[in-house]
Amino acid sequence: MAAIELRNVKKSFGVVNVIKGVDLEVKKGEFMVFVGPSGCGKSTLLRLISGLEDITSGEMLFDGKVVNALTPSKRGIAMVFQSYALYPHMTVYENMAFGLKLEKGHSKEAIRQRVEKAADMLQIRQYLDRLPKQLSGGQRQRVAIGRAITRDPKVFLFDEPLSNLDAALRVATRIEIAKLHEEMNDVTMIYVTHDQVEAMTLADRICVLRDGLVEQVGTPMELYERPDSIFVAGFIGSPKMNFVAGEKASAFSCSTVGIRGEHMDIKPDGIWEGKVIHTENLGADSYVYLDMGQEEPVVVRHDGTTNYQSGSLVRVSPQEDRIHRFNEAGKPIR
Amino acid sequence: MTSEAIGAPTAAAQPRQKSELMQQRVRAARLFLLPMMIALAVVAGWPLARSIYFSFTDATLNDLYGAEWIGFGNYLQIRVLESGRTIYRGVLADPAWWNAVWNTVRFAFWSVLWETILGMIVALVLNAEFKGRGIVRAAILIPWAIPTIVSARMWSWMLNDQFGILNDLGMRLGLLNAPVAWTASPDTAMLAVLVVDIWKTTPFMALLILAGLQMIPKDIYEAAEIDGVHPVKQFFRITLPLVRPALMVAIIFRVLDALRIFDLIYVLTPNSAATKTMSVISQENLFQFNNFAEGSAQSTLLFLLIAIFTILYIWLGKVNFDGGDR
Repeated sequence: MAAIELRNVKKSFGVVNVIKGVDLEVKKGEFMVFVGPSGCGKSTLLRLISGLEDITSGEMLFDGKVVNALTPSKRGIAMVFQSYALYPHMTVYENMAFGLKLEKGHSKEAIRQRVEKAADMLQIRQYLDRLPKQLSGGQRQRVAIGRAITRDPKVFLFDEPLSNLDAALRVATRIEIAKLHEEMNDVTMIYVTHDQVEAMTLADRICVLRDGLVEQVGTPMELYERPDSIFVAGFIGSPKMNFVAGEKASAFSCSTVGIRGEHMDIKPDGIWEGKVIHTENLGADSYVYLDMGQEEPVVVRHDGTTNYQSGSLVRVSPQEDRIHRFNEAGKPIR
Repeated sequence: MTSEAIGAPTAAAQPRQKSELMQQRVRAARLFLLPMMIALAVVAGWPLARSIYFSFTDATLNDLYGAEWIGFGNYLQIRVLESGRTIYRGVLADPAWWNAVWNTVRFAFWSVLWETILGMIVALVLNAEFKGRGIVRAAILIPWAIPTIVSARMWSWMLNDQFGILNDLGMRLGLLNAPVAWTASPDTAMLAVLVVDIWKTTPFMALLILAGLQMIPKDIYEAAEIDGVHPVKQFFRITLPLVRPALMVAIIFRVLDALRIFDLIYVLTPNSAATKTMSVISQENLFQFNNFAEGSAQSTLLFLLIAIFTILYIWLGKVNFDGGDR
């Protein structure tokens, strides 16, 4: 229910500048994902928004009001931690009710209703009497989300909530978080992850961070189709975008050509030739790794299965309209 | 189907394999325990058995091995004189013994109470992040590392009524009208002993509690901050319940130590009825007054008291020696 605005926000720990001046607007009810490689400052930025860390300089506004000096609880936020951070000595019910119990002005009955409503949303009602140690990782994470829902926050913060779960559970919980966003569509959500798949699937808008600065903000498809830099182009999408430099790029009058694996076709009259290094069959599609004399192998995504022999030569062509051209500074030429 | 066919025999074989492994482990555990059990039997079990045996005899230091069995006489004898008067004798009828019992209990209660409170405060401070924390952590152990004889002597000089620095300070600051003989005066002797013991053992308590505090994950404090939990409530609702297992173990260590306190009192306040504890009085009877049998009876009673207390504490307090319940 709150719009968040960051104005030239900086954060340093001692002499280390972690956040180097971030300007960002998050709209009301938006699902914003911070994504970037480790050490880019995405978690720190989330902690600045939560109020767990103080801002070194700049301004943070919630609904137009400066909240720089407000404590986390006064900002109306709730946070889900990577490590769940449940109180180990309290039952699931107590964990979820703890914050409300300490706030004045909630009757026991009202607290019970709120906890049970959140528990029903996450299907954890049958675990309310258990201790966290009696739950599995996925159940614990749902309790942590439930605790956050019970607070009835204006802003919902997620700090890599799925990293401690196994692959299957990660997908299931991801879908639950997406459903949660639909049900609580007036709550602003900010989600930190290093996994670009989570970012693509969950986000209304993605904020790509690099080295303490915002690299690009946009919808998932904007970032996928119109990356503002080589960095974003390489970070968003799986498999990673291929970069081809040198003479092959000069032919397209740029210094680097970026082309995604799914936008290349293997065909006899292809303009580029490469030696097959390795193939990966994933069932629905397959990845063919080609050595084309570039720094990294070029990955071609191919529908269905393939059986190219390693060492054999194949010809490929990029789809002309899907080519991204970058100049020497790594910026796109459009 | 194939996976089931392969899975079935291994599943059937598993329990036997497991129990064999378990048996092996139990055997190994017994083997590892054996040297310690032998050592304990020699240095603790045998002397304890001898003490208990002597407490039922008329042993003296002059003739330890000619001691004869007299039953419960050292503990309590009831004799009815011809005049009709009943006379009670033995340790349990000895006012000096009961004085020592109450001294010991009082000492244990107050010293452990203050050591726990101060130790908790010190541990909380040391658990916070600040520059030079490592040095402070090491430095705080110094009082505990000094041999008791040395620190007791040191304090007895500081507490001395004529030359002691504490009286000098008190006089100069106008807190005292006249120098106080802290260790010699019956009114202040217990206080002096308590102060020195608390000074000496608080660091030990603090370190045990600190170890417990460091088991508590930091992130739940962040969760509490987001829940808007006041720091004081954080302490009572989160820190205290979570550090309780470590605290309970630390307290029992200290209570057991305090109940058998000897050296500090022996050096700091010799022969003071105000501070004489069970250990001190039994040592006197055993080796100074040549009442070896009576001293043995007192030692046995002290042992019983500590044993009963420990059992009750572990049972009622649900002490968990595994370290934490996470």
